This record gives sequence, structure tokens and C-alpha cells, in this order.
Amino acid sequence: MAVLVLAEHDLGKLSASTARIVAAAERLGPVHLLVAGQGVAEVAAEAARIAGVEKVLVADSPALAELTAEAVAKLLAELAEPYGHIVAASASTGRDAIPRLAAKLDVMPVTDVIAIHGPNRFDRPIYAGNAIETIASGEPKHLLTIRASAFRPAQSGNNAPISAVGPDVAAVAKFIAAHRTESELPELSTAQIVVAGGVSFGSAERFALVEDLARTLGAAVGATRAAVDAGYAPNDWQVGQTGKIIAPDLYIGIGISGALQHLAGIQGARKIVAINKDPEAPLMKIADIALVGDLFEVVPQLIAGLKR
Amino acid sequence: MKILVAVKRVVDHAVRVRVRPDGSGVETENVRMSMNPFDKNAVEAAVQLGEAGHADEIVVVSIGPRQSNDVILTALAMGAHRGILIEADGRVETLAVAKLLRAVVDEEKPDLVLLGKQAVDDDSNQVGQMLAGLLDWPQATFASEIKVVGGGLEVTREVDYGRATIGVALPAIVTADLRLNTPRNAALPMVMKARSKPLAVRPVAEFGIDVAPRLKVEKVSPPAERPGGRKLGSVDELAAAIKSELSELEAL
Ligand SMILES: Cc1cc2nc3c(=O)[nH]c(=O)nc-3n(C[C@H](O)[C@H](O)[C@H](O)COP(=O)(O)OP(=O)(O)OC[C@H]3O[C@@H](n4cnc5c(N)ncnc54)[C@H](O)[C@@H]3O)c2cc1C
Repeated sequence: MAVLVLAEHDLGKLSASTARIVAAAERLGPVHLLVAGQGVAEVAAEAARIAGVEKVLVADSPALAELTAEAVAKLLAELAEPYGHIVAASASTGRDAIPRLAAKLDVMPVTDVIAIHGPNRFDRPIYAGNAIETIASGEPKHLLTIRASAFRPAQSGNNAPISAVGPDVAAVAKFIAAHRTESELPELSTAQIVVAGGVSFGSAERFALVEDLARTLGAAVGATRAAVDAGYAPNDWQVGQTGKIIAPDLYIGIGISGALQHLAGIQGARKIVAINKDPEAPLMKIADIALVGDLFEVVPQLIAGLKR
Repeated sequence: MKILVAVKRVVDHAVRVRVRPDGSGVETENVRMSMNPFDKNAVEAAVQLGEAGHADEIVVVSIGPRQSNDVILTALAMGAHRGILIEADGRVETLAVAKLLRAVVDEEKPDLVLLGKQAVDDDSNQVGQMLAGLLDWPQATFASEIKVVGGGLEVTREVDYGRATIGVALPAIVTADLRLNTPRNAALPMVMKARSKPLAVRPVAEFGIDVAPRLKVEKVSPPAERPGGRKLGSVDELAAAIKSELSELEAL
């Protein structure tokens, strides 16, 4: 049976995570990639180029402009019948819509999948990643959200057929405003390099040091919850159990203690670098490379050193 | 309005859990338990709506073993009026929890159900959305701000790109994120008073809902250890180390 995969996209562009969940879903069956939204023809064309996609389905409707859970769940419910698996990224839209859909279909979903062992066997983290559960599902249909950063992206180079599906959906919630964080830096959830800062920066102005270092490295910026709560960084930069879960090749954590809820977000990082004045901080202990020092001295020197 | 708040008793968020050597689960014996942090934000939001004159009754419900009384008492001490414990031992999956909550909603007829966005034990992030699906109510998940506007709510949600504000008509489901508010610590007189507030204990069987798990947990394993690495002596060494990482990445 085929797998229905919900494509992630934003501002008229396919998100990098889509190629990753396609690669994961391909192990479960032929992939039908659903692009839902308003004015998404270009996104659909991009989606058709991902290797492994058998066909692209496009649901284009004003009711899907904001991808509210009500509309997305209704759309997926209408399309669900022939599919053995329905898959979305473990991100805002999927997290919101998949459990709602699951209740409507009376299926117990498996969310935040980090490994696929077979059509009905999956790993998912629990307790902020301090334990991994291996689940076997006996459900007739499998509803999954997949942690994109746990899978390598599918290649590009395909020309899958695109067909329209006519959704009979209405947006229930009224969309009032989007508060977007404008940044020219790479997208945090799929970035190859991430520089993250903690509350110890002490002000939003000084947190800009993190951004300076990130710019020098072409990296995305992350933050701890404490830094976000203090107003030094926007909420979508938060990394951790309740923020973004990332798996960059290189993660540089500055003035971050390494609370277990923060570590939950970086367990998949290939290399961890930590800078902290306290050598006993938990992040310093697990870091591959650690430097003890005052961040206000270290970071400007580091930026200068990297530019040399 | 009348508000129903769902709360769960979980291993305290500050405890670093250990996986049992036989892979049957995590060690929960002799481990500190408390109310799921996000549920505290949900209770606080309900109490604040009450204080602002928007809510006249706040009912708290928990599903779990007898000891979950603790977390209901905490919520009552924070300012909720009445508690319901649906006593259930063993693993109750999110879908069954949502069905039990629907049964409570059918009885209590609240205008708003507040829940935490996820429980920090199973990290599922499912129940609120499921309850909304079962009831066919609008949902506003991951809320960091709730305003009462006209006959409905304006809720600001934390999403991947930042924040989004939506309007929902009542009845509705809202799930709380940590930045929604700072939960109060109940003062001693409130804790004493909580003990005299009504708390109904009802066996799960009374609801006639099939709560048998549908997913089999084959095993629970610890995550891969990170052994730690080397400590550098100077910023120059750090710059050199990062440069060599970068060239390795380019080579990949
Ligand atoms: C339910 C729940 C969910 C949570 N989810 C998340 C989450 O998703 N993400 C998250 O990050 N947190 C989360 N938290 C919060 C988490 O527990 C920690 O409080 C938070 O990560 C700490 O942030 P921090 O490292 O910036 O601050 P602190 O823990 O205060 O650490 C500051 C560090 O900076 C160092 N430092 C201070 N000054 C300097 C200096 N001049 N130079 C160098 N180093 C210095 C200190 O030595 C210390 O190690 C959550 C908490 C709860 C209860």
C-alpha cells in the first residue's frame, strides 16, 4: 500500500525537511506526496523533483492557506482510505493535525519517530530523549509524525506526475496574524552548523554576539529556553524538549549549562563544542570540544580568529 | 464560562530517569513525582481567567493511579474549584485518555478545555488535539497567550516560524506552552483549603471505554552515550579546531 506524506512548506518554498521525511517514508511503501495550501503550484513542482516520490497530490484552497489543524485533518481524513501509512513531519502542522486525524479515524498514532524498523515497528524518544521506546503497532493504518533531523534527505532528480485533489474543507479557526522572526541566517531545524546561546548573555544586545559568530560560520542560531524567556531570542530559536530538535554536524553552545531539556534537542548533533566558565556544566562534560572561559572574552576573539 | 483542566502526574521534570536494565521501561520506584509542568500552566491560565471574571467554575480532571490525587490537590490549591480522579492503573494511551476526557466533557459541558501541550514522560503531544477531533471543536495548541475577545478567544500559538495568533469560537480546546504564564505556588492556607474542596474518585470501568493499549512497547533502551571529549587551553586552539571541523564538513 502507498504512503501518504504531507509536504512541509513555508512562504512558497518546500522546506528542507520534506526530502527527509520522504526518504523515511519510502521505506514503508511508494510515496504520494501531498502539498496542501493556497497558491502552491511552485511548491508542488519542487516536490515532484524529490527522488522516490511516485506522485504529487495538490490540494490548493483558500481554506488551506494557514494549514489549520481542522482543515488539514479533514483533508487527510478524506484522502486516507487507500493508504496504509499517513506521515507528516514532527513540526507545527503535523503535530497539530495528525493526533486530531487519529482521533477521527480511531487510530492510535506514533509521533516523533526517529527510526523505522519495519512497516509497523518504530522508535520514538520519551522523557526528553533519556529513553527510547521501540513500539509495535497493531493498528490497521499507521499515522506517524517523523522527526526530520533523524533521517538523511532523499536526493533530488525526479519528475513525478502532479495531480490535483479537490478538498472539501473549511478553515474553522480564524487566522489573525503571523509574527515571523525575520532572519537571513539558515533555517534552524535543518542547518548543518548551529551556534546557540544561553541566558548568560544578559541582554538581547549582547545576544547579538551569537548571531555575529553564526554569520561568520554561515550557521543558524539557537537559544535555550531561559534565553527566550528573558527576551534575548525569539521563541522559534529555542532548542530542546519543547523547542526545535536539531541534528547539525556542528553545534556550538555558548554559556549554556546543558539542562536535560536542552540536551534533548541536540542529542543528534555529530560534534558538540561548548564554551562555559564552569568546567562542571553538564554540556561541557558531554562536549567533544570544550573551552573554559568567559564568553564575553572568548566569542569576540573566536570571531576574529575564524576570520583570520 | 466553565473551564475543564486536564492534569497528569508524571516523574518530576528535574529527575534524570534511568532505563531499567531489562529494557521493560524506566525506573519510577522512589522517584519524585509531580504535576506535568505544562499542565500547571493550563491550571494557572484557568485560575487567571477566573480572577479576571471570565470563568465561574474550574473543574480539574486527572486520569491515573490513586496517587494522582496529589496533582489534583495541587490544582485545587492553585484555585480550581472541584476535582475528578478517574482511577486507572497501568499504561493508558493518549487515545483512551482523550475518550475518557470526552466522556467528562459530555457530563460537565465546559466552554473551554485547557490541557498542557505535552506530558514530559511520554512526550506525546497528542491528547488536546485528539479531544478536539473527537468533539469536533476548534483547537488552539501550544498557546503562549490567551485573550477573551467577544464570545471567543484570541490565542497566540508558538509555531515553527515564530508565533501565530488565531481566533477560536467557544467551546474550544487550548493546550498550554510554558510561556503562557508563570504558575503560582499555592500558599499554605490555600493548600489547607484544597483538602476540603470536592474531589470525586471514579473507577475507569465506570466509563465503559476500552482502554486496552493498542501499541505494544517492545522495549525501552537508553540513548547513545556521549563520552565527552577534549578540553582546549586557548581561544586560538578553539578557532583551529572549528576550522578543521569546517574543512571536514566541506570534504563530506
Ligand atoms: C518542562 C520544561 C521544558 C523545558 N524545555 C526546554 C527547552 O526546550 N530548551 C531549553 O533550552 N530549556 C528548556 N527548559 C529549561 C531548562 O531546564 C533550563 O532551565 C535551561 O535550558 C537553562 O538555560 P541556560 O543554559 O541558558 O541557563 P543556565 O542553566 O542558567 O546556565 C547558564 C550557564 O552559563 C554559564 N555562564 C554564565 N556566565 C558566563 C560567562 N560570562 N561566560 C561563560 N559562561 C557563563 C554558567 O556557568 C551556566 O552553565 C525546560 C524546562 C522545563 C521544566
